[in-house]
Amino acid sequence: MGKYTIKVQPKWCKSCGVCVAFCPKQVLVLDDAGKASVQNLEACIGCRLCEIRCSDFAIEVGGENGE
Amino acid sequence: MATHVSEYLRLDKMPHIWCPGCGTGIILGAVVRAIAKLGYKRDDVVVVTGIGCSSRTNAIIDFNTFQTTHGRALSFATGFKMARPEMKVIVITGDGDGSGIGGNHLIHTARRNIDITTILVNNGIYGMTGGQYSPLTPRGCIASTAATGTMEPCFDMCELVKAAGATYVARGTAYHATMLEQLIAKALEHHGFSFVEGIAQCPIGFGRRNNQKTPVDMLNWQKDHAITIAAAAKASPEELAGKFLIGEFVNKEAPEFSDVYWEASRKAQQKVKEAR
Ligand SMILES: Cc1ncc(C[n+]2csc(CCOP(=O)(O)OP(=O)(O)O)c2C)c(N)n1
Ligand code: SF4
Ligand code: SF4
Ligand code: SF4
Repeated sequence: MGKYTIKVQPKWCKSCGVCVAFCPKQVLVLDDAGKASVQNLEACIGCRLCEIRCSDFAIEVGGENGE
Repeated sequence: MATHVSEYLRLDKMPHIWCPGCGTGIILGAVVRAIAKLGYKRDDVVVVTGIGCSSRTNAIIDFNTFQTTHGRALSFATGFKMARPEMKVIVITGDGDGSGIGGNHLIHTARRNIDITTILVNNGIYGMTGGQYSPLTPRGCIASTAATGTMEPCFDMCELVKAAGATYVARGTAYHATMLEQLIAKALEHHGFSFVEGIAQCPIGFGRRNNQKTPVDMLNWQKDHAITIAAAAKASPEELAGKFLIGEFVNKEAPEFSDVYWEASRKAQQKVKEAR
């Protein structure tokens, strides 16, 4: 398991691809339904760039301390 | 669910109405994160907006909210602040709303230095009505009303409100969302008229026509064209060509309008009492 948790709310995700494009560690992909999904959690560095650039509040990164 | 979402957004309005990858959502995120960090209570905040996609923020954000007429958010907000000076008053406006039809209200609100925080979401276009050019569309860009490119120069809103008397002025972008959140937090804590311009992408009204086909292209454009004030101070004219500045332009103190007004009112009442 990685240090971080990533939660996507598929109902809120509008498949814009922003989180995928700007993740510095290629953790995320768009799945077959076009929704953001986690491909490589181990590589996540917890920078939260995906979360803060999501226009739709659809992705949330949980911290090391279980925040 | 993070506090800024569960506390400050109307969850029954999600997913919200904005298009995929719209910059307004990122700016709203920076606003609610800044408020969450400052720990403001919902009842202590009033958010006033005008008309436009960016002004629809009021359907989504969960404070005391008031969506007003096009360009007039600052006038209604001035009324709120004068009546309830203890409240935190925030205006969220678009480039059309705030610099076009509402431009006159903006300069006079800045001149008075009333304690209102204004966030101007600048996507360079009238998004809601179909991509007509606004006073902030850069010259030469294609709009639904400018098939061969706009022929007018655009305003620099930060310079404009600075000249008008605003005591806190800053600019950020949706791409630089962490910095934007910090600038908004400083604006909210400032006593006086504070103004933050947030450069945002409208992929539908602007990007599609101007060779920035996706939200990702538009965010990359922001990344490549923004330069911090500190970096710009050391850059050559060639390096600065085509760039715009981000960061804090003004942070100073001056008498705040509602303070001045209520103090004058107190003195006048005192005089009446003494005369009796
Ligand atoms: C008095 C008046 N004139 C015109 C309109 C039509 N109108 C609605 S939204 C809008 C433009 C909004 O543009 P902007 O403020 O840039 O916001 P955006 O949609 O880009 O976020 C206009 C002209 C109106 N609602 N009221
Ligand atoms: S940025 Fe948000 S809306 Fe866009 S694909 Fe990622 S999770 Fe979905
Ligand atoms: S937190 Fe950072 S590293 Fe982790 S998925 Fe999001 S953008 Fe990628
Ligand atoms: S038209 Fe533009 S500003 Fe309006 S919601 Fe769509 S992308 Fe956002």
